[in-house]
Amino acid sequence: MDATTTYLEREHVSRVERWLSIAAGSALAAYGLKRRELPGGAAAIAGAALLYRGATGRWVPGVKRRTGGYGAGMYGTGVIADRDSDTRTQLGGGRGIHVEESVTINRPMSELYRFWRNFENLPTFMNHLESVTMRDEGISHWVAKGPAGMDVQWDARVINEVPDKVIGWQSLTGSTVSTAGSVNFDDDSHGTRVTVHLQYNPPAGRVGAAVAKLFGEEPNQTIREDLRRFKQLMEAGEIPTTSGQPSGRR
Amino acid sequence: MKAVCWEGRGDVRVETVPDPTLLNPRDAIVRITSTAICGSDLHLYDGFIPTMRAGDILGHEFMGVVEDVGKGVTNVKRGDRVIVPFPIACGRCFFCTHDLYSCCDNSNPNAWMAEKLYGYTASGLFGYSHMLGGYAGGQAEYARVPYADVGPFKVPEHLSDEQVLFLTDIFPTGFMAAEKCNIQSGDTVAVWGCGPVGQFAIRSAFMLGAGRVIAIDTVPERVTMANEAGAETLDSMDPDVFYKLRNMTGGIGPDSCIDAVGLEAHGPHIDYVYDKMKTMTLMATDRISALRQAIHSCRKGGTVSVPGVYGGFLDKVPFGAAMNKGITIKTGQTHVQKYLPRLLRYIESGDIDPSFVITHQVTLDEAPRMYRTFRDKKDGCIKVVMKPH
Repeated sequence: MDATTTYLEREHVSRVERWLSIAAGSALAAYGLKRRELPGGAAAIAGAALLYRGATGRWVPGVKRRTGGYGAGMYGTGVIADRDSDTRTQLGGGRGIHVEESVTINRPMSELYRFWRNFENLPTFMNHLESVTMRDEGISHWVAKGPAGMDVQWDARVINEVPDKVIGWQSLTGSTVSTAGSVNFDDDSHGTRVTVHLQYNPPAGRVGAAVAKLFGEEPNQTIREDLRRFKQLMEAGEIPTTSGQPSGRR
Repeated sequence: MKAVCWEGRGDVRVETVPDPTLLNPRDAIVRITSTAICGSDLHLYDGFIPTMRAGDILGHEFMGVVEDVGKGVTNVKRGDRVIVPFPIACGRCFFCTHDLYSCCDNSNPNAWMAEKLYGYTASGLFGYSHMLGGYAGGQAEYARVPYADVGPFKVPEHLSDEQVLFLTDIFPTGFMAAEKCNIQSGDTVAVWGCGPVGQFAIRSAFMLGAGRVIAIDTVPERVTMANEAGAETLDSMDPDVFYKLRNMTGGIGPDSCIDAVGLEAHGPHIDYVYDKMKTMTLMATDRISALRQAIHSCRKGGTVSVPGVYGGFLDKVPFGAAMNKGITIKTGQTHVQKYLPRLLRYIESGDIDPSFVITHQVTLDEAPRMYRTFRDKKDGCIKVVMKPH
């Protein structure tokens, strides 16, 4: 990342550059994940850095990091997450895959927050999750659907929480999967803007391959579809489907 | 049950398929008593709309009797006689709550497909490609209707199917096209295309205060039907349509122009040949001579309203004319739900009897033949209504 540090002072990347970064980052990340080997891993990481830059308009911060948490402060919720609660800390900065997606939902912030805060609800709209179980002391147990019936599991704890506004979580140290995420709820003239940041770092070996597969080759699209289902569920009360309808196909 | 299925370009068949079932809490099942073939079904028939799959059930203009409802549906019940609007709308998203039902955010299960092409998806539609939802349509004995507490609209028993069926699509579509023209009393409105939507646009323009309507088509029975509504008419194959419109309006041009033709336009000029060649060689998606002529003919500061369906990326759009003349372009799939109470009042009060447009009434089994007849404009065919039961 040496080359990037020279740009640190220029915090906001131009719009066109952002799109190019997102495109190049996605391609690199997809390519890297597909290869699942050392050069591929390097490409995935470089891709993640570009994604970060594209999604946030900032370069991956290096030594001279500015204050302001990733999950909260930047979006003006008035919450300054400190370094320890930063969702990236777990992953050591720009490592792994980073995804940012947002959706606007025509429901009050508090209602959306309440539904999300009960993590056991998440599998109703996050297709890659099998189950989430709330345990004592803010710890939750997450089970994701791996390929060929191989479950990927981890424990997570809430690291940042402002009622009706922000929830941040990360996997416990030592989990097989290193992951962190946050969701922000902001008032908007069209409803509530829900912004999700998700970062994960596939470990090496079979589990890593399983994790990579969870989010597919286009992790942004995967999260986007999750958020779409969340919106459908909260607004329309159901997720639209045509599965099971008749057709003339034989 | 029997259903009309799209099997490929120029190939629809009546197949026996399973009966539909409730899939979501807000679903209803409707036993269909009348169902029509729409001009826009011909775009599917002719293979102009992408993401159709062999076996898809067609049809988006249908009505009938509620047979079953999910537990989330409280305002319609078994036995209610309803018409079903063609856009599938949740009624609760930002767009639905702003009367933009055909832009519903939640009803397209395949939203990602439409987003690739359009940036954002419109609502799901019945029987109109997988990109727009992949929902089974209503040219069948039964249909599953999602969000049945929002879409299906109860109609009074004293009105016949033929009088209310077109509330599902073509009457509101023609009406919205005219409404978007912002007609001032005495205005001149030109309407390209005298198919069913054009016919309703002509009548709606008069209802909204137009002094003159000039309708442009070349099919004799459609021209006659336009004349019967009080419209003056021009032949769309006449190379001098622009010149004649100008002279008929004292050198000003029509105040508003409605393109009720859409992406399979024909025309007398070289641009038609150009579009035809490009679409045939898959280098363009739409034939747009009607739209070009509408923009070119419209008066300065006027409105071009486009109920005609377009699919993709339009070639040689005279945008310079639109810009320099200060034209307003209005378009969109119809927000049917928004117009239903008002248009039903027009029907009940006798201001309009939409059944005038029907030329053919047949059983469902005759669908394959009627698609051909309708497409080829044979046998005086303007509107086909099928009776599945």
